Amino acid sequence: MTVLAPHQTALSRALDNRTVLGLLFMLPAATLLLLFLTYPLGLGTYLGFTDTKIGRNGVWVGIENYQYLWGDAVTRLALFNTLFYTFVASIIKFALGLWLALLLNKHLPFKAFLRAIVLLPFIVPTALSAIAFWWIYDSQFSIISWALMRMGLIHEYIDFLGQPWAARFSTIAANIWRGVPFVAITLLAGLQTISPSFYEAASLDGASPWQQFRYVTLPLLTPIIAVVMTFSVLFTFTDFQLIYVLTRGGPLNSTHLMATLSFQRAISGGSLGEGAAIATAMVPFLLAAILISYFGLQRRAWQQGAADK
Amino acid sequence: MNDVKNSAAGAAAGNAEGKPELTDSMGMNYLVSLPKRVVSVYVPLFVFVVVLLFPFYWMAITALKPDAELLSREGNPFWVQNPTLAHIKKLLFETAYPDWLWNTIVVSVTSTFLSIFCSVLAAYSIERLRFRGSRYVGMSIFLAYLVPPSILFIPLAAMVYKLNLFDTRLALILTYPTFLIPFCTWLLMGYFKSIPIELEECALIDGASRLQILIRIILPLAVPGLISAGIFAFTLSWNEFIYALTFISSSEVKTVPVGVVTELVEGDVYHWGSLMAGALFGSLPVAILYSFFVEYYVSGLTGAVKE
Repeated sequence: MTVLAPHQTALSRALDNRTVLGLLFMLPAATLLLLFLTYPLGLGTYLGFTDTKIGRNGVWVGIENYQYLWGDAVTRLALFNTLFYTFVASIIKFALGLWLALLLNKHLPFKAFLRAIVLLPFIVPTALSAIAFWWIYDSQFSIISWALMRMGLIHEYIDFLGQPWAARFSTIAANIWRGVPFVAITLLAGLQTISPSFYEAASLDGASPWQQFRYVTLPLLTPIIAVVMTFSVLFTFTDFQLIYVLTRGGPLNSTHLMATLSFQRAISGGSLGEGAAIATAMVPFLLAAILISYFGLQRRAWQQGAADK
Repeated sequence: MNDVKNSAAGAAAGNAEGKPELTDSMGMNYLVSLPKRVVSVYVPLFVFVVVLLFPFYWMAITALKPDAELLSREGNPFWVQNPTLAHIKKLLFETAYPDWLWNTIVVSVTSTFLSIFCSVLAAYSIERLRFRGSRYVGMSIFLAYLVPPSILFIPLAAMVYKLNLFDTRLALILTYPTFLIPFCTWLLMGYFKSIPIELEECALIDGASRLQILIRIILPLAVPGLISAGIFAFTLSWNEFIYALTFISSSEVKTVPVGVVTELVEGDVYHWGSLMAGALFGSLPVAILYSFFVEYYVSGLTGAVKE
């Protein structure tokens, strides 16, 4: 016992040390994240500068991939599609999501139940709900076309996924369907933190419902709107599943996003280097989105007199 | 969750006093007349709910329709004249669907538990041990949460080939934690923060080790957080698509979303009935699990967004 004692105390002293124990506790998470997140992030950037193919190690080619992609009409189209898709879908998701959140924030019967079913599109696998949309958008048996025909609004079935612009808007609609619940439920959580006494005070001062929304709800909700929309933009910009299932990028590459194009070039086409370059090219856009919302958020906090944290 | 409880309690108290229109949760709503409420609230809400739920109804109804009804423009498409179980039977007995379901369960459960284990230790370490540099580690965990799988799958695919993990469940079990751990750690850090530090100090004075404190004091108090993180992680891994699509090629190792999308579509002939049945049965497990733990799921979702 006495021989072992110093050793034991050394060990237990080490375990009492916050830094030693803290790093020990971090070990499992850090190992997994460094190995499968940080390293691939670096590897992806490196691969973008090589001509690696599946099953063959590549050599360093500098910015050749990026030069080629810059001149590649399909990549340019994919960039345009991604920006268009993100921009349109995010704005509509925000508008509809905020509207739905305001509706759900009203005093309603079955409020909890309504909130639960509203979130359903967000929790089921996107790939599977996209299959339902594929069938809803079918060129010959679409239920939307059927209904519009019956109402006499159209005279022949709409080819939702067969025409470039129709396909773009159809995929955007499916993306909105999936994204609105997320925006609505998170904004609802923000709305519930606003004290009703603000509205009482505003309404006693004679503020109209629109003025209450504009001068009470919106300013108090801005921080959470910034966070929610950052996530929404990130998810939309890097979307893959919906496009892969609905159109695989077609018709005529008109719905290819950066993510689906990089999958097509890297995995289906085997050019890992080129695909990695496309994927890496998304990073600046993502960083821009994060920074814009971060600094927007900070400005707001400062305006509202928040102290430095 | 607390807001809901508070407003419920407020409403109950208001009712007891016989003037429910003055409770907190009502605000000044009593000024709005009923017909106006119907037009401005109930009608738009009804439209929202119908649109959001329609694809699920459509999945279910298509899965039960015989082919003749599916491929006909006559009759009322919103209802089934002669419901059939043929599509479901085909799905369950003539495809590898049961295998996919089993794979999805194995991968989701394993990666969820692995992630929760890592996240509990990491969150406790960052939030409570506060070792040197823990703030930066916390920040980088949040940044890791923002890295989308769409930019990681190509280098990960290269690694998976190199590690001889291609076409195995292990490839998914090891890569899913890359998006689960950041999320769960972030969520649990918030929960641990809400547990009074005095409890821990008492236990330390009584001679408990840090590990004992974590297991005996922190974890029992953080059960709601653990459930939130677990449910969320499980649905995220159940829904994962791009990694499973990239790292798996044999039918018997595929997960449900990938299997349904890649294997049930044969050439130009779409078996819509089986496709919809596959989509429905792939969605049901998460939907059922979710329905039991809605509050936890919502608090996880909103907790992760709110700081």
